[in-house]
Amino acid sequence: MDLLVNQVLAGIATGAIYACMALAIVMIFQAIDHLNFAQGEMAMFSTFIAWQLMQWGVPYWWAFILTLIISFAAGVIIERVLFKPLAKAPVLTNVAGFIALFAIINSVAGLIWDFTIKQFPTPFGSSPFMGSQLISTHQAGMIGVTLVLLILLFLFFRFTRIGLAMRAAATLPESARLVGINTGWMIALGWGMATAIGAIAGILIAPVVFLEPNMMGGVLLYGFAAAVLGGLSSPLGAVIGGFLVGIFENLVGTYIPGVGNELKLPIALALIVIVLVVKPTGLMGRTVVKRV
Amino acid sequence: MSSRHQLRIAAISTALVALVATGGSAFAQKKYDSGATDTEIKVGNIMPYSGPASAYGIIGKTEAAYFQMINDNGGINGRKVNFITYDDAYSPPKAVEHTRKLVESDEVLVVFNPLGTPSNTAIQKYLNTKKVPQLFVATGAAKWNDPKHFPWTMGWQPNYQDEARIYAKYLLKEKPDAKVAVLYQNDDFGKDYVKGFKEGLGDKAKSMIVTEESYEISEPTIDSHIVKIKSTGADTLMDFTTPKFAAQTIKKAGELNWKPLHIVTNVSISVGAVMKPAGFEYGQGVLSAAYLKDGADSQWDNDPGMKKWSAFVDKYLPGSNKSDSGLVYGYGAAQTLQKVLEMCGDNLTRENVMKQAASLKDFQTDVALPGVKINTSATDFAPIQQVQMMRFKGEKWELFGDVISSEAKD
Repeated sequence: MDLLVNQVLAGIATGAIYACMALAIVMIFQAIDHLNFAQGEMAMFSTFIAWQLMQWGVPYWWAFILTLIISFAAGVIIERVLFKPLAKAPVLTNVAGFIALFAIINSVAGLIWDFTIKQFPTPFGSSPFMGSQLISTHQAGMIGVTLVLLILLFLFFRFTRIGLAMRAAATLPESARLVGINTGWMIALGWGMATAIGAIAGILIAPVVFLEPNMMGGVLLYGFAAAVLGGLSSPLGAVIGGFLVGIFENLVGTYIPGVGNELKLPIALALIVIVLVVKPTGLMGRTVVKRV
Repeated sequence: MSSRHQLRIAAISTALVALVATGGSAFAQKKYDSGATDTEIKVGNIMPYSGPASAYGIIGKTEAAYFQMINDNGGINGRKVNFITYDDAYSPPKAVEHTRKLVESDEVLVVFNPLGTPSNTAIQKYLNTKKVPQLFVATGAAKWNDPKHFPWTMGWQPNYQDEARIYAKYLLKEKPDAKVAVLYQNDDFGKDYVKGFKEGLGDKAKSMIVTEESYEISEPTIDSHIVKIKSTGADTLMDFTTPKFAAQTIKKAGELNWKPLHIVTNVSISVGAVMKPAGFEYGQGVLSAAYLKDGADSQWDNDPGMKKWSAFVDKYLPGSNKSDSGLVYGYGAAQTLQKVLEMCGDNLTRENVMKQAASLKDFQTDVALPGVKINTSATDFAPIQQVQMMRFKGEKWELFGDVISSEAKD
């Protein structure tokens, strides 16, 4: 029983990592209808920027805010320079672009900051949380931040003009354009927001997995699984999906003999396939209806 | 032709060549294979300068700088070393391609210190068929010490199995009633350690090991494994992991307030890249073993060998981070090759290089721990077989006990 509770708690803690990443994935999917394979690397790069700022003596929260601004700007610039010209190109061209971006960012980060792992500070501390020795205050803080982020996103999309405009541009680009929304810029905005959310994810994840250029490799895959499970069009679904994947992965790894250790990663992949086959919209996603 | 027949021919021809070689040196005749001339020795190398293992790239850079230093000081027996190194990005197919290039187009005398078990496995057959030395490979797998089947391949560092056997020996002596949990990376690296460790425990392996847990290198965190291991009630943790995961394990065990007797591998002893990220407070008392000196450790400040190393780094690799163990490793490996090439004299054939490499007696590099000596023979292709145990205290490792030799194994 103890082990069960422990594994569920540990699963929630790692689930928070996946949830953060899944949020960023959903953001970009909302804006451009594609999965951005470079999302993890962009988050990693943002985290390095935060780390560098702190190395230069910038206090944590200033570094945090500066990183969000820089990441947002970088996201917009990447869209304007790289992906706007590809907007009308076939999906495969875009995918190739994402993969190129992935490799470039990864190598450049290695070139600048090298590949040895670095310690990343946490504002929450890493002592046991509320007497539990299974979740540290950092992990609790991370869950908290994820939930706050989710609420902010909900409010943004529901109650602000620009949030509404973004939703309109994503769901009905044609009509949105007719009522005077600049859909091109809405997409750029989506990129900026996704990159900034990725930065938050990276900054939260780094104290747990340590900062290095390859830190997001596995995380991104689980993030995809979480986003698909929760529904690619729903931020709430993505967060729930993240926690579920974390718990599911631990329980299967612990209790199903044979699956144990070797198959932990394939579980994430199997989950993606199963969800896509059984319920393509995920738990919370809306069904996309296209007029043919 | 049967392979046994081929082997016999190879053996005979090697013997013949050796005979000719010794005869030749008596007359001070110069003998060369491709890659060596009166003025130059070509040394090839493969290194992951990019890709997932690029942290090791510093080893190649150190070796290039080392040979630069040799050349600035007049070379080896008057010959300049031409060090040709290619980036394989830790990818075996690329390693094969570059090795072919080194052998067939650059025509190097030896392929020296190529890095990584996968890459070396991929090029081993080719180099042995071509009879080109695959000398002092930069991997700790046990399989490089196999002169019978691969007379052209030789390791350098202590192999993982031997290291694990030494930990087993230590446990049997210090904590024979330990309840051991084994955590290992699910690949050749981790499995080599598990194998050596179990062999070292012998009959007691079954009763002492309470759980074996493996993880995949692609997992973002291994927290869940640590939670599971802790719940088994083990009081000793054999941590056969690579640096990032060793740091995670030390940190998570600390956060869980779990304090087992904790042994990490020699691969994960970097103070800067493992102990510091994990948190010094959690690392206290962690055990491991070493065979090289630590460039950032003040206890070697007045050590003549490390003074030489330090001067070399300052001059040829300015601005490098001296706590990076790759700088020490590359220096030690390059110095061993220098020794072998010096021993070859004017007989720079590939056969003679292998012969000299297999006749190192009590050779000590500047960067090896006191008492750690390199010994090889025609049947022993494992140059370094000694390590010393150490314990993490404060912000550095403290060596304790004697230099331990793993039992000679064929």
